Amino acid sequence: MSEQRSHIMIRRAGDVFVVDFADRKILDELVINEISEELTALISQHSGIRLLLNFEHVEHMTSAALGMLITLRQKVQEAGGTLKLAGIIPQIYEVFKITRLNHVFEIHDNQSGALAAFG
Amino acid sequence: MTHPVDPDNESTYAAVEFPSSLEEAKKPEADILRELRRCGYDNEVIFAIKLTLEESLTNAVKHGNRCDPTKRVAVRYAITPEKACFIIRDEGPGFDPDQIPDPTTPERIAVPSGRGILLMRAYMDRVEFRDNGREVFFMKRRECCR
Repeated sequence: MSEQRSHIMIRRAGDVFVVDFADRKILDELVINEISEELTALISQHSGIRLLLNFEHVEHMTSAALGMLITLRQKVQEAGGTLKLAGIIPQIYEVFKITRLNHVFEIHDNQSGALAAFG
Repeated sequence: MTHPVDPDNESTYAAVEFPSSLEEAKKPEADILRELRRCGYDNEVIFAIKLTLEESLTNAVKHGNRCDPTKRVAVRYAITPEKACFIIRDEGPGFDPDQIPDPTTPERIAVPSGRGILLMRAYMDRVEFRDNGREVFFMKRRECCR
């Protein structure tokens, strides 16, 4: 069962919440704030959440989106959960490398690899 | 325009202005991307320019003009098959770019903001802050060597 929201789709894969981004670009600050609010609500409702953000449809993002991810990571940690990222295209992975956030986030090549890593 | 665009002559740059809102800041992008494609820029270079443009316009609207709709952001640019140059100017108080802390240090890596200028410098061939940070010039060559 999947739940259609404005800019993200949230579905379950076992006990992992998988988030797909509906937009190819995560740029607009209002959109970023909406995504952040939706995911913050999800995290607050599920202590120990296992959360996978799947970027396979995302072609562009800015530093504002990176900021959102950092804030979400902190909230997941506070909730005793685990956050993984997957499906990041090489151009966007370069953004993570430049900012060294590839060392902060656990990033997998694809969704199946990330799900396997949740165990 | 009566004279050809010349990236080395700022008086020939195309110019567009808009009031300080993030919605308005999106508007110059379509024309710029169209011109980049027309001049043969590949997707990797367009990605770099688009990202830098978005970071610089967001900085001008949010941090420069503090989203004050009475203040304006001016965009000037020149795109040729050799290189693309941009000048973004706001009407804010300015800032010292050398005082922006390195967001990649262990102390700053978990701070959500402050990565825009790092990305601009990483992706462009040249970035210059002028007039106490109220204006930023950046340039990218078409033949990417990153």
